[in-house]
Amino acid sequence: MLPACVFLILFSYVPMFGIIMAFQDFTPTDGIFGSSFVGFDNFVRLFTLDNIQQVMFNTLYISIMKIILGLLVPILFALLLNEVRNRLFVRSVQTIVYLPYFLSWVILAGVFIEILSPSNGLVNHALKIFGIDPIFFLGDKSWFPNVIIITDTWKSFGFGTIVYLAALTSIDPSLYEAAKVDGANYYQQMRHITLPGITNIVVLMTVLSIGSILDAGFDQIYNLYNPVVYETGDILDTFVYRLGIKDMLFSISTAVSLIKSIVSFVLIVISYRLAYRLTEYKIF
Amino acid sequence: MKTKKAKNGIQTSWQRKAFMACNLIFLSLISLICILPLVHILALSFSSSFAASSGKVGIWPVDATLESYKYVLQNAAFWHAFVVTLKRLALAVPLTLFIVFITAYPMAKSSQKFKGREFYTYFMLIPMLFGGGLIPEYMTFMKYGLVNNLWVLVLPGLVPIFSVILLMNFIRDLPAEMEEAASIDGAGPLTSLFRVVLPLATPAIATIALFCIVGHWNSWFDGILYMNHPKNYPLQSFLQKAITAYDAKTITSKDLMTMRLISDQTTRAAQIFVATLPVLMVYPFLQKHFTKGLVMGSVKG
Repeated sequence: MLPACVFLILFSYVPMFGIIMAFQDFTPTDGIFGSSFVGFDNFVRLFTLDNIQQVMFNTLYISIMKIILGLLVPILFALLLNEVRNRLFVRSVQTIVYLPYFLSWVILAGVFIEILSPSNGLVNHALKIFGIDPIFFLGDKSWFPNVIIITDTWKSFGFGTIVYLAALTSIDPSLYEAAKVDGANYYQQMRHITLPGITNIVVLMTVLSIGSILDAGFDQIYNLYNPVVYETGDILDTFVYRLGIKDMLFSISTAVSLIKSIVSFVLIVISYRLAYRLTEYKIF
Repeated sequence: MKTKKAKNGIQTSWQRKAFMACNLIFLSLISLICILPLVHILALSFSSSFAASSGKVGIWPVDATLESYKYVLQNAAFWHAFVVTLKRLALAVPLTLFIVFITAYPMAKSSQKFKGREFYTYFMLIPMLFGGGLIPEYMTFMKYGLVNNLWVLVLPGLVPIFSVILLMNFIRDLPAEMEEAASIDGAGPLTSLFRVVLPLATPAIATIALFCIVGHWNSWFDGILYMNHPKNYPLQSFLQKAITAYDAKTITSKDLMTMRLISDQTTRAAQIFVATLPVLMVYPFLQKHFTKGLVMGSVKG
């Protein structure tokens, strides 16, 4: 217990004091104690930056689309897989779709850069067969966000499928038998037994994902983007990274982190409350 | 998707059969989409540079050759990064497991038995939701003298709160009688902790261990951020530079000699595959435990 507290203080609590930087005109040579306070100037400057609105829009768009697809695809897939009676088939499908979840975005960025390449990528070769001109998926402003959303769904829906499948298999089979005796068809069984049976877990997963709405996926976008698609692909995290590390605007970048922390904090508290109210699920 | 259902009360068998056939084909197709990109990369890595650059490679190697692998495996920087990652795992995994275990155990007790549990709960929840942000963290770790130090990859992540919660829930569901019986038999708190609770919690600890291994194996950003010199990069950071930030200026004349046999396309494919191999190897164990561990930790009740 004690070591954990020590580590948390050293590596989580101490850095939190650095947030003071957001209210200072911070220069590394003067340090936190030497820099002068400027109140909310950094926040004002931040909101008057040219591209901040676009960045906010990108973040929300990518993140919300990911949440929607990240819910629908695994649920549909789990429902379809649940119909299959062949254990071997179910297990193999599960194993295969779950695999990408364990690969890092560095690895997968390498894979996608390769197969989405306009000159000799697999996808564009396939498109050529249908007579479609090559598309530069990762270098085209209008394609980039969609590629991000689709590849993310590709990577993570296996995980969701396993969670929902577990919920589906825990539904009492005698309910189905009773329904069949009463003459319910497949559609009615689906509506009155299957869907209510997984409502709890669906609500829980939705609510939990809302807390991270400002996280549109730094790992993924950082590894896949390039200056050409900054306009539509830049999200808060990548924006902060470039402001902070590349342009050395420490104070503004910390101000963005602070805003992000506060928004996520509020959303998470609200969504946990909601989750508890709707599903009686408690984490601690 | 669900439209191929009988409309009347009695399901007609041919409709059911048609649905199942479509379903099986559809599911197989999706699985193919999940695995094909990886198979394609594998095929690329075994193909000659000419076949790769002319785009002839599908899911089977063309002009099969091992040149790319020879090149990657002779690359000192690649091996160096590999060793950094192994060191990182050797330090981080046992330490993390130990700390998670001794933290989750008291947290699993009720508030009556463990005064101050409420306080510690908030103490642990806050860092999970709130952080200083990139720059303050960097500054703090620099003050600790951790920049360019292997420990910076290990220490900040030593208390994964999510894992603590998972293990806490697991220990809480163990029958309390086991511990009572042990204490009646004369076992002290430490004996009962390591001789009774630890063996019982093995499935949960295995899950956390695998989380921890995959997490450390896959992490690349901390390496890039905290290591000033590429020679200290762990494998994924090295790959990040090699794969997504590939720079033609770094090619040496010796590389040009080998270029005729291999291309950066095939080299990258080989590197991707070598770095994925360990995950593929532990994956069968992963899947079994993750499924169990996750379901037990998250889909309770």
